[in-house]
Amino acid sequence: MDTMTAEGLLLPWPDDDGEPFWDYARRGELRVQACADCGRLRFPPRPCCPHCGSFEEEWRLMSGRGRLWSYVVAHPPLLPAYAERAPYPVALVELEEDPRIRLVGTLTNSVRRPNAPWNAVPPQRLRIGAPVQAVFQAVTPEVTVVRWALCSG
Amino acid sequence: MLRDRTAIVGIGQTRFAKHLEESEKALACRAVLAALEDAGIEPHEVDALASYTMEETDEVELAKAIGAGDVTFFSRIGFGGGGSCATVAHLAMAVATGQASVGVAWRSRKRGSGRRPWTNTAQQLPTPAQWTRPFGLLRPADEIGMLARRYMHEFGATRDHLFNVALACRNRANQNPAAIMYERPLTREMYMDARWISEPLCLYDNCLETDGALACVIVGAERARDCRQRPVYLHSVAQGLPAQHHGMVNYWNDDPLTGPAWTAARQLWKTADFGPADVDVAQIYDAFTPLIPLSLEGYGFCGRGEGASFTEGGALELGGRLPINTGGGGLSEGYVHGFNLINEGVKQLRGVSTAQVPDAATCLVTAGEGVPTSAVLLRT
Repeated sequence: MDTMTAEGLLLPWPDDDGEPFWDYARRGELRVQACADCGRLRFPPRPCCPHCGSFEEEWRLMSGRGRLWSYVVAHPPLLPAYAERAPYPVALVELEEDPRIRLVGTLTNSVRRPNAPWNAVPPQRLRIGAPVQAVFQAVTPEVTVVRWALCSG
Repeated sequence: MLRDRTAIVGIGQTRFAKHLEESEKALACRAVLAALEDAGIEPHEVDALASYTMEETDEVELAKAIGAGDVTFFSRIGFGGGGSCATVAHLAMAVATGQASVGVAWRSRKRGSGRRPWTNTAQQLPTPAQWTRPFGLLRPADEIGMLARRYMHEFGATRDHLFNVALACRNRANQNPAAIMYERPLTREMYMDARWISEPLCLYDNCLETDGALACVIVGAERARDCRQRPVYLHSVAQGLPAQHHGMVNYWNDDPLTGPAWTAARQLWKTADFGPADVDVAQIYDAFTPLIPLSLEGYGFCGRGEGASFTEGGALELGGRLPINTGGGGLSEGYVHGFNLINEGVKQLRGVSTAQVPDAATCLVTAGEGVPTSAVLLRT
């Protein structure tokens, strides 16, 4: 499996537990692992439920709505492909369905622009608590990642 | 109870520099032999060893090079700088329970000469790297920067608070001829104008990149009284891996800002005869400046959210409420995964620090916050 895109960005390297997340992302679905017995969501995915011990799992569809919990703006030194894009903001987004589930992702300025450059949103526009929406970007024919579109207004 | 049943009786270190010629193994041997010499203990008496899982010189290599005797206890602690104090803690437990009698802990690292660990793309851990690296969250500075921004948002902390931390460490380094930043004062203007690394963290919020090695020697309290140096007792020790903790990307629980320090602190104080108010001086792990306010809260020097304001008014300076990192710490003395903080704690309680706190009798030393951590309480 490729570990990098043609441009030199690191691709996700899923473990057994994380594989379904990336399979669903490829279909344009944001799904989070949940216990099939007690129903609690959990992230990152793991073999069994820390609340009830069940190994039965399901992958629950999320709305893709969330809020900015925090963010950084990365500057060099960075790996070469990242340094080319710097400075770029990276968001940590809490999901509407469970604020303890927070996903890291790059930002885009519109749900219609999943392929916008990483610096499409100027950092001064970012506020903790701002609403965001998941969008899906196919970075290779096999791999799709989730990005976050800053909702206007 | 471990309370005061073991003591640190020897400390040793190499020079610190951005680049040292000798290998990590040679530096490890030099630091260990210096610590044994300081204690007045022969290498063949060493029967216990402890270091970090990231240490490249293993027990076999070290023991045979220094001429250790039969070793009956050896232990490695994971999670990078979170393991620093646990090396000493494991040896204290081994000596106190009779598994060994002379323990050596050490760390040797050419982090200045070597590559930055995050640049090694072939050695990414799938968990949690699959959730962070593809999005450009590559470095520890990015991972901690995320928590720092949230901390500033929730509690009104500012860059001036982080500067207070950087300045206190730099001021102590300016008193310490062995420190990398000995002759390099820091000003507020330099800090505020510095280049960003990962906003909200600038260059001076990040620790140094250093070559160097350190070691210390632990024996039972009875033996300690006959050693060359004034014993520094291990009053209380603790490790901490909180429920639902996720390492440096601790983003998936109720409160990511309540880190491993809180867990280690509960255990540490539970087995201590004194509390945070009785600590004369502290050596707090400072890979990044925000770890100081987070640790001040975790170890109970102030309430939650008060760590930043605690740094005001020179509180962390000599003569302040809690002088910290009196050798300069990882930010300004040298970054050797926090082992220099242990040795500096010993120097304070021997009364020989280059930035001595008058009559210091108690010292807290902590390991990396934000990862599974450890801490020791030292007393004279």
